[in-house]
Amino acid sequence: MIQMTDTVGDILFLGAGVVALLTALTIFGEAMRLRVPDNQINPVLETFMQRVHSWWAMVVLLALAVLSGMFGVILLFAFASFAALREFLTFAYKRQADHLSLALAFFVILPLQYLFVGLGWTGLFTVFIPVYAFLLLPIVSALRGDPSRFLARVAETQWGLMICVFCISHVPALITIDMPGYADRSVLLLVFFALVVQLGDLIEYFAGRRIGKRRIAPGLSPKTLEGMICGVASAVVIGGLLAWITPFGVLGAAAMAGLASVTGMFGNLVFAAIKRDRGLKDWSHLIPGQGGFLDQLDSVIFAAPVFYHVSRLIWS
Amino acid sequence: MERRISLPRWAAARIVGHILAFIARFITAVRGDWRGIEPVPRQRIYYANHVSNADMPMIWTVLPSPMRRQTRPVAAADYWLKNPLRTFAGRDVFKAVLIDRRPDHRVEDPVEKMLEALDEGSSLILFPEGNRNMTDDPLLPFRAGLYNVGKARPHVDLVPTWVANLNEIMPKGEIIPLPLICTVTFGTPIHVGPNETKDAFLARAARDLVALAPPKPDPEP
Repeated sequence: MIQMTDTVGDILFLGAGVVALLTALTIFGEAMRLRVPDNQINPVLETFMQRVHSWWAMVVLLALAVLSGMFGVILLFAFASFAALREFLTFAYKRQADHLSLALAFFVILPLQYLFVGLGWTGLFTVFIPVYAFLLLPIVSALRGDPSRFLARVAETQWGLMICVFCISHVPALITIDMPGYADRSVLLLVFFALVVQLGDLIEYFAGRRIGKRRIAPGLSPKTLEGMICGVASAVVIGGLLAWITPFGVLGAAAMAGLASVTGMFGNLVFAAIKRDRGLKDWSHLIPGQGGFLDQLDSVIFAAPVFYHVSRLIWS
Repeated sequence: MERRISLPRWAAARIVGHILAFIARFITAVRGDWRGIEPVPRQRIYYANHVSNADMPMIWTVLPSPMRRQTRPVAAADYWLKNPLRTFAGRDVFKAVLIDRRPDHRVEDPVEKMLEALDEGSSLILFPEGNRNMTDDPLLPFRAGLYNVGKARPHVDLVPTWVANLNEIMPKGEIIPLPLICTVTFGTPIHVGPNETKDAFLARAARDLVALAPPKPDPEP
């Protein structure tokens, strides 16, 4: 446990802000429910309320993890990676010859990656999957001697590992960045990152529905240019307002928030393409109202490594 | 059923049952998709595809607890009575209706045993292929049991039940199960028609079951 320091105080203060926001959304939803006649159900409203309930669960989990320190954060994101990889590989193309390499991905590569992040071995966790897993797993698959669509199989496995393990592990890795004068406050960087990406997404979604006209990728996603501009602009403003929890300064925090938000939205677009190709609406049903872990994390997945490396390049 | 065994054995069976269901959920996030029926306690025979020994525990896991207690899998006696551990799992945890697959050895008629279990009020889980399917075809030819039982107890719903992905989670010959998502899809119940022949009915039952299978991911253009 971290002692009761400024950091913990700031986490609790931010937590109180998020709780106030979710309370307002919950009360709003319940008030709307009262206006629906007794014997009817408004499906849009019910989906919205399911999502609010899932947000509550996520906020509580993230708050507990962040307050319990590095170990809790690592455990939470390792589990998220496990659930995401399970969703991705369920719909990936594979044959029995890949069985051992897939088992290695789940039970060896994933735990090792989070172990290296937890130990702060930056030189290893940034290359472990792109270099060592990338070379090892095709060898394991090849040893079983089944050439049928070999390249497609190993490529999909590697893509799943990069997305679900490598990219997601960069969220807890934010805590390990050593920034001068920021010391134990690095856990706040994670909170900052999660808040700007998720709030930017949310505003993009609602703004896109209300004023969106020009689709940026017709036939793939309902995302519109107007929605994205609103979302990124909001992320920039929120980032600027939250500058006091970051080491970036006001302009730096706004720019970093904008960068994370833009990468996240394009990540969402890439996942829309994959889902469309596989004929999926959602990756799974594990998070009520939101689909699967990958549906929830797609923007975080793309934003995390970029946010991590830019932070390290400029401020560490 | 429960009164025939000692209290500690009964308690151990219930605890092991809950642990198995938890493990199944944790590893495969198994989910029931009640597409053609509601999960309500009616007397049913869930007839399913069979690719792995984990098929039955998966179906058993997604049944809501009160229904699970009244549902008994029909399973092979030679497999489940092989050693004390399997006997405990098969007879006490899953309360399986154990039938002898070898016609020349058996003393009891499998159809009679299934009817007996139905008449006690149980639902059944049945694998009409008889054996695990190791081929690339979606189903092996069905045995006659489903038809005979369905004809003898026409009020019982015969529910097609497709277990997806298990052949990838645990292919034959592999030791480590992969944690992929398993989905159990329940289709619309069927009944044996008044003038329907055995072959026509079994073909229809197989068609309705295969129709529940999800499409395979395949990079073929």
